[in-house]
Amino acid sequence: MKNQDFEFLAGLLKEKSGLMLTPDKVYLLESRLTPLSRKRGLETLDALIQKLRMSRDEALIKDVTEAMTTNESFFFRDNTPFDIFKNHVLPAMEKARPNRKLRIWCAAASTGQEPYSLAILLKENWAKWQGWNIEIVGTDICTQVLEKAKAGTYSQFEVQRGLPIQMLIKYFKQEGDVWRLNDDIRNMVTYRPFNLLSNFNILGSFDVIYCRNVLIYFDQPTKKDVLERMHGVLPKDGTLFLGAAETVLGITDKLRPVRGQRGMYVSTEGNAEELMGFK
Amino acid sequence: MKLCLVVDDSKVIRKVARRILEEINFEIEEAVDGQDALDACERNLPDVVLLDWNMPVMDGLEFLKALRAKDGIQQPIVVFCTTENDMSHIRMAIEAGANEYIMKPFDREIIEAKFTQVGLI
Repeated sequence: MKNQDFEFLAGLLKEKSGLMLTPDKVYLLESRLTPLSRKRGLETLDALIQKLRMSRDEALIKDVTEAMTTNESFFFRDNTPFDIFKNHVLPAMEKARPNRKLRIWCAAASTGQEPYSLAILLKENWAKWQGWNIEIVGTDICTQVLEKAKAGTYSQFEVQRGLPIQMLIKYFKQEGDVWRLNDDIRNMVTYRPFNLLSNFNILGSFDVIYCRNVLIYFDQPTKKDVLERMHGVLPKDGTLFLGAAETVLGITDKLRPVRGQRGMYVSTEGNAEELMGFK
Repeated sequence: MKLCLVVDDSKVIRKVARRILEEINFEIEEAVDGQDALDACERNLPDVVLLDWNMPVMDGLEFLKALRAKDGIQQPIVVFCTTENDMSHIRMAIEAGANEYIMKPFDREIIEAKFTQVGLI
């Protein structure tokens, strides 16, 4: 791929999704966009780039962006963020929300395993949450993965990565080759396409945000911008979970890590740690 | 190092499982059927059994029931690993005392995920 073509695509992706591509990722552009070119009836990747340069074909740009996002996901990924949710965040929120309202945002919901894992944890203790208004919102820039998330069907391979067998028995039904999540869990999550570069206000505020393994693809100013706007929709006792390779340190001082709790961040001016028994 | 008894009548499966489990620091013993596995448990009780279902002589479910009926031993964790992939088999296995259940084909990630869930890793 020509240097100028790489720079053009990298610039386009950054502008549209925040996604940062370093020159060592040329292979990724080639391997993911070549099939897309063919699907669009274009002979080569060069032809696709040519077309993008000539016209601002928004549908094509969207396909390119979606092709370049990474959508790997599994149930209870990394365990810890879910253990903390169950053992600390939920008990704290139970005490701190006399209005019995709880809003959770999975900001990179992908194919739904993360929001559904949280829904399952709530369901496991459902008697406690009777009378509560609990909303789990799953968003992703890629509309294709959200369709799969909504369907709630997973392959045998997918249900074995992270999902304990007892939960498979309890919350899934087998339909031929696939496993379908029961409606009562599916209905606990609402999905909508959403670009993290756009204004969060339309989503409202959240008590808990999961934004894992997204920031790694952004450059420093974009990371700062997204983190500070997330801080803006979190109450003072809210919680943010980032991926294992991500941090707020050196990026923003509005949020701080909770000591000993990997991947967990709270508002610098807040009291979440005390509330959750970490202090 | 924890000891895993791999029970499968297929030499290929035993080999694949051994390779994965050795990589994640398990010591391995092998058995070719349920009876062979019971004998192996008599000699040296493992921490975990990775257990096929359909085998000659004694199948996996019979082995599991016999193992769980033993008194006065530190009961090993049992993870089924079988091509039987329907809900009724899964329920039967769990009711008989299996701790986890892997549907073949499996890979390293699935083994690691399941072994983590039951607290072996």
